[in-house]
Amino acid sequence: MAAQVVTISSGKGGVGKTTAVANLAVALATDGGRVVCIDGDIGLRNLDVVMGLENRIVYDIVDVIEGRCKLRQAMIRDKHLPELYLIPAAQTRDKNSVSPSDMKRICDELRLSADFILIDSPAGIERGFRNAIAPADRVLVITNPEVSAVRDADRVIGILEAEEKHSPSLVINRLNPNLVKQHDMLSAEDVLDLLGIQLIGIVPEDEGVIVGSNRGVPVAQDPKSRAGQAFRNIAHRLKGEEVPFMDLDKQSGLWDRIQKMTGRR
Amino acid sequence: MHDLHSLVQIKGLRDGLLVSLTDAPWEDQQSALLSHMDEQPSFFQGARLALDVGTQILHVNEMVELRDQLSDRNVALWAVISESPTTEHTAQLLGLATRISKPHPEETPLPSKGPNDETALFINKTLRSGTRIEYPGHVVVLGDVNPGAEIVAEGNVIIWGKLRGAVHAGSKGDENSKVCGLDFSPMQLRIAEKAVNTKKERQILGPVVAFIRNERVVVESWKFS
Ligand SMILES: Nc1ncnc2c1ncn2[C@@H]1O[C@H](COP(=O)(O)OP(=O)(O)OP(=O)(O)O)[C@@H](O)[C@H]1O
Ligand SMILES: [Mg+2]
Repeated sequence: MAAQVVTISSGKGGVGKTTAVANLAVALATDGGRVVCIDGDIGLRNLDVVMGLENRIVYDIVDVIEGRCKLRQAMIRDKHLPELYLIPAAQTRDKNSVSPSDMKRICDELRLSADFILIDSPAGIERGFRNAIAPADRVLVITNPEVSAVRDADRVIGILEAEEKHSPSLVINRLNPNLVKQHDMLSAEDVLDLLGIQLIGIVPEDEGVIVGSNRGVPVAQDPKSRAGQAFRNIAHRLKGEEVPFMDLDKQSGLWDRIQKMTGRR
Repeated sequence: MHDLHSLVQIKGLRDGLLVSLTDAPWEDQQSALLSHMDEQPSFFQGARLALDVGTQILHVNEMVELRDQLSDRNVALWAVISESPTTEHTAQLLGLATRISKPHPEETPLPSKGPNDETALFINKTLRSGTRIEYPGHVVVLGDVNPGAEIVAEGNVIIWGKLRGAVHAGSKGDENSKVCGLDFSPMQLRIAEKAVNTKKERQILGPVVAFIRNERVVVESWKFS
């Protein structure tokens, strides 16, 4: 079966795209999927760091595009998961060294030998974003439950809809149920109500995510991590499995309502 | 090959430059425009550019690329005028103006469709952040108007959904214009020259209509009679 190309994008920067790509990749590969991650953030690469592969880089995606190496040579195999690969971004080149057709060509070459190709997009709607969505079969838009991040996510969704990409799915990251309860954070319902697209996952705020990123060990590997569980659930949903949403806040009944809302629209 | 300069026409406007392109292939036009600029950088430096692209069909990709290339040259693209609905839609999504105050120089100007006219623009989707719609008539939206989206209409604005963005009805001064919405919490609301302090307005549940009474914009619950 040919691979599904999934691009993770956001309007605002720093909301967790790279974290999500690393964790979804680990979750999918742990389940036996053949996964290739592509760091689409040319000039600001960091997926390699979050995946703990930074000192294995020899070639990068621009080397592939400019013919200095074969695609295989730029694919770095994960330390633990033999079916997980990373194609790193170039550190020093500017984003114009990659075009949307380059991205399509690379993904087409990978499609037959992978189950999932995950692309980490830079924030915003500029060139790097257009490169990252060009080959996508599916786009996940990630946001934090925060007014400015949601506003920017809305904008990206509008553009994805105009590009006639399959309607994107939403990941709400860094939700803190206590802050929501005190009305100091938008609730998942508020975010969904505004954006009106399908929800694919809610990831709680979790210090372990930051620790994991710094160590190059994504939390999806940790069976006890709540955020890790949320990412594993998203991975299952990407495979088309139905997984109930986690109850991040046992008392409130909010989650029942979210379950219902996600079935809507 | 097209002669580069015949592809691009440039005119001065009160608030910037108007560049008119022909319907030659887009890549040719784009490179003609850019090379034109590179030949006379001092003329274009810091300019605001309105682009009349005629019947060209432009998608987000192409327009963003051109906007990036212009901004690399320190030129701001602020309007794209087009006869193609697709291109116009793209410009709206990027928040660019789609009309400029001066009518097309050569063509006979479109008969100005005042708000009393029957024309309405029907939009069958949610307007998301960054979208700007301008229309010389009424605007009807079957969907929400999200925060960060903006509608400027010479006539009435009817929103069959939630109004959370910015709306200016009667933008050419018609004080009889109205704004209606099913759920009303606009970030900005103006009718003709009058604005409402949306922060002060108490939230009214259910369908709402806003209009001018005694020189003030009032917001009332919609009554079925
Ligand atoms: N669920 C979470 N809980 C706690 N911290 C998180 C969570 N998700 C992400 N972070 C932290 O937020 C920061 C930004 O995350 P990340 O680098 O993945 O964002 P990004 O969207 O890729 O940013 P950029 O736009 O710069 O590429 C990181 O320090 C990361 O560890
Ligand atoms: Mg990143």
